Amino acid sequence: MRWYSFLPLIGFVVMAIYFGLGLRQDPSSIPSQLIDEPFPIINLPALEGREFGLSNEDLQGHVSLVNVFGTWCAPCVVEHPMLMLIKRTEIVPIYGIDWRDQPGAGTEWLARRGDPYRLVGNDADGHAAIDLGVTGAPETFLLDREGRVRYHHIGIITQENWNETLLPMIRELQNS
Amino acid sequence: MIRVLFLSLFLSLAGPVSGGAFAVSPGPDEIMPDPDLEARATQLYGQLRCVVCQSQSLAHSNATLAADMRGVVRDRLLAGQSNQEILDYMQVRYGDYVLMLPPLQGNTMILWLMPGLLLIGGGIGIFLFLRQQNIRANSGTQETLDPAEETRLAELLAEEGQE
Repeated sequence: MRWYSFLPLIGFVVMAIYFGLGLRQDPSSIPSQLIDEPFPIINLPALEGREFGLSNEDLQGHVSLVNVFGTWCAPCVVEHPMLMLIKRTEIVPIYGIDWRDQPGAGTEWLARRGDPYRLVGNDADGHAAIDLGVTGAPETFLLDREGRVRYHHIGIITQENWNETLLPMIRELQNS
Repeated sequence: MIRVLFLSLFLSLAGPVSGGAFAVSPGPDEIMPDPDLEARATQLYGQLRCVVCQSQSLAHSNATLAADMRGVVRDRLLAGQSNQEILDYMQVRYGDYVLMLPPLQGNTMILWLMPGLLLIGGGIGIFLFLRQQNIRANSGTQETLDPAEETRLAELLAEEGQE
């Protein structure tokens, strides 16, 4: 047996390892393109029956969280109590973007469950979500004082995410 | 009778197909009035990936997000943007992933060059293998049969012929 008799086997092992590692990656999580970029221009109208919408000026001058949600989104229901908890800590304001909801659904949902948001913008046609590079709900952006995106969290914010990632980053941004 | 049964079965299956289950996306209400813009829109749908459905383009996806992204493509076409500007817009938001054809750059070099390299490597491998076979065949063993072998071969062939 010459050494090159083993070439096909070596090739197979290399590819098996490579594809094996590929299988372990979550194909639905796309790395955010917005990190350290200014938050895209948004100018969203208010939810039905509310006075104020959400635009970039609202996000200037303080560290903030922007949470994309929808009443149709089951994980958002799971995340909701955590957002209420964050609101109660009064550490950072949360702004909401109601993504692709029926008219009035967002207002009703928040009235029933409690409203963790300082302001909510209505993205009825879903174009703002595309502008943000959102692929699903919930997703949350952490913005610095200048309104730049510093962190993009995909999925539900858990107590663990909050304690270990978001809170330390928020503290650091607020103290800098 | 059986034929009628088959026909009715076929028709009952055909009904919902045209109705909705396999509705071709983009839907009929998405067609742009301007045929030139519609042609460009169709081209762009094929070049952009539906970001929630892995390996489908916008042209083949019924996902809500894909429909919204097609809407954004149309809005931008109507606003007079070029195809490249629209692709760039999507790329800035969703990264290279949103393009069905990955761009040729550092981290995708291996992806683009691998088929060619494999072809060349395989070609060299086959060439070396065949040459070695040839060398082995030519060395040591004789190419012509000696008289004894010739007679034996003739005998064998004759036996074959009788059967």
